[in-house]
Amino acid sequence: MSTTDGPTPLPGAKASQAAADRQSKKGGAGTSADATHKKGLFGAWSEKWQAMPRQKQWLYLIVVVLIAYALPVINPPILSTEPGNDFPLALFSMAVYALVAVGLNIVIGYAGLLDLGYIAFFAVGSYTAAMLTSPDSPFVKIPYLWTIPLAIVVAMCVGVILGIPTLRLRGDYLAIVTLGFGEIIRILATLIPAMKGQVGFQNVGRPPGEGADGIPIFANSNGTPWYWLTLTILIIVLFLAGNLERSRVGRSWIAIREDEDAAETMGVPTFKYKVWAFALGAGVGGMSGALFAGQVGFVNNQKFDIVTSILFVAAVVLGGVGNKVGAVFGGALVAYIPLRFTAIAEYKYLIFGIALMLIMIYRPKGLIPARQRLLAYGQQAYQRVRETSAKKSAVVTEKEV
Amino acid sequence: MLSTVLTAVPADSDWINFDVAALAQNFWSATFDGLTFGAIYALVALGYTLVYGVLNLINFAHSEVFIMGCYAVFFTLSFLGFGPSAPNLSFGAILINIILALIAAIVASAVTAFLVERLAYRPLRKRNAPRLVYLITAIGASFVIQYLIFLWRGPLPEPALTMFIPTPIFEVFGTIIDSQQIVIVVAAVIMMVLVDQFIRRSRTGRGIRAVAQDPDTATLMGVNKEKIIVTTFIIGGILAGAAALFYVMKIPSGVQYNGGFILGIKAFAAAVLGGIGNVRGALLGGLLLGLIGNYGQILLGSSQWTDVVAFVVLVLVLLIRPQGILGTSLGRSKA
Repeated sequence: MSTTDGPTPLPGAKASQAAADRQSKKGGAGTSADATHKKGLFGAWSEKWQAMPRQKQWLYLIVVVLIAYALPVINPPILSTEPGNDFPLALFSMAVYALVAVGLNIVIGYAGLLDLGYIAFFAVGSYTAAMLTSPDSPFVKIPYLWTIPLAIVVAMCVGVILGIPTLRLRGDYLAIVTLGFGEIIRILATLIPAMKGQVGFQNVGRPPGEGADGIPIFANSNGTPWYWLTLTILIIVLFLAGNLERSRVGRSWIAIREDEDAAETMGVPTFKYKVWAFALGAGVGGMSGALFAGQVGFVNNQKFDIVTSILFVAAVVLGGVGNKVGAVFGGALVAYIPLRFTAIAEYKYLIFGIALMLIMIYRPKGLIPARQRLLAYGQQAYQRVRETSAKKSAVVTEKEV
Repeated sequence: MLSTVLTAVPADSDWINFDVAALAQNFWSATFDGLTFGAIYALVALGYTLVYGVLNLINFAHSEVFIMGCYAVFFTLSFLGFGPSAPNLSFGAILINIILALIAAIVASAVTAFLVERLAYRPLRKRNAPRLVYLITAIGASFVIQYLIFLWRGPLPEPALTMFIPTPIFEVFGTIIDSQQIVIVVAAVIMMVLVDQFIRRSRTGRGIRAVAQDPDTATLMGVNKEKIIVTTFIIGGILAGAAALFYVMKIPSGVQYNGGFILGIKAFAAAVLGGIGNVRGALLGGLLLGLIGNYGQILLGSSQWTDVVAFVVLVLVLLIRPQGILGTSLGRSKA
């Protein structure tokens, strides 16, 4: 019963290794048409990136991060979504989508579980933040920043409750149960009086701090600080997700994704790790929901459409299933396109729906395909393989000489 | 500290109210209405079950197959001059009009099912794609159909059409059973018996069972697998078309671009409840889910609770008996 298998690892691994070998021989020109063809749109860049020494990678990363932080201040003319939409707010929404996509990528990309109701966890996080900070709610009030970890915990609990009955079964059941749950959470918010339906919760809390003129720094209309906060969280989550990916847990997820039966036979407690993946994904979703609720300042049942869930899936698929950088890219893109090109905003569901189908049929690895390296040994093994092949080629050249 | 938390938490009445008296009072009317809804769920559930039996995949686009049928019914009937009030026609004329609408719905749903199979499933089968890819493509297809309808017809439901005024036929347990309920339940059961017999007795039905049991061996034995898969999708489409007619009859204002979605979830829950891949299970699951949903709706006080109840049933079934009540698969059902 191989329920949830992604692309097979071996051919990809071979291809990337071969490409790397070619790189080391050629001295890193990395423009071979073959490699580009196999590695997607950004294949050449990806190869180049892997061939760089670690220090250089860090340097580039820092530059990219700094540019990302500076974006709302620079407001670059072509990229900017103005005059249609406020650019810092657009950036915030891109960052939230990216965060959601990174969280969903843990579930879909790493563990190979299709979660079609991710918006539900987002909603759980939003409601947690709203009900514990808004003056409209009868609950105890706590400072906003505390609701973020709490939203993670609550969403994870919901994830475990949903995951336990469904994760023992085939992946399809999880897909439909999450799809149903995404809709049910909205209906529950309508039906349960304490959740206030369409009236919702006004004045959701915000992080402390006021500017010189008495206006709070984290005002609802001021996207920049919210964007910075979300970007910081996104970077932390990326690091954690990257570490998880390389850890024992991450290796188990990949094993489960590739062949659940084989993984089980090899002693991987598949059910346990599937629940973990699902719960962690839910936690990230809850956290993004809490951030979203804080920035918008108003939560009601209209904000959590099941169709947005499908957009989230589209973000992960677009970026490349199993690739966290791809997820960030896909998430940001899915949020950015309707905000930048307001003329086609109305058609966004149609566009992303078609994109979802076409990508899955013709380019199932997405725009930035995940590198299929041997995760068991991680980068080190990869490095060693490259070194030996470099030595071999060196030996060959010596002999030739 | 604890006491402050307790006082700060809203009272019970703010969460969920149980109205047992209302349920006791309306028990029988809820039962008959529930059976009517159940028959509709069962017809849609069969589409899920058949495709699942043959391909081992959930056809996420089946809800859209269903809603296309609803639109076909709507357009046919408005074209024939039906409106919000029941037409002043003879019994025979109404019957002919309804049969025309049924044919239109069946054609629309079957064509949609065929196209979904061609565009979303077949290209992947050729590539031997992993399961996850099928699911994502299917949900993409469902999404695309939904938003094509949205762009075409807008977000609001279509105006309600009345086909005929239900006339009381007889009374059981002090509850009147009307012609509409009888038409829906009887027609649905007849269709399901036909499908059941078709799968059990016909040559194509044997092919469907063979592919469900073991696609590779079936192909070696001379079964045309591709043809069987298409046939299965089309049978599902035909049943969804019939369900669409009854649905519009029962809920005239339910024709909306996303109207199929929640019904699809309920029908899937019905299929799982009866045992997915099992034709008779779909009927049983549909009727049971219709009953449970209707009781829940009256107990909890709002029609939207049916959706929540159906979902809870789905999760509970998966937790307690994931193979469903009847449990056998399509392939292993008796010849």
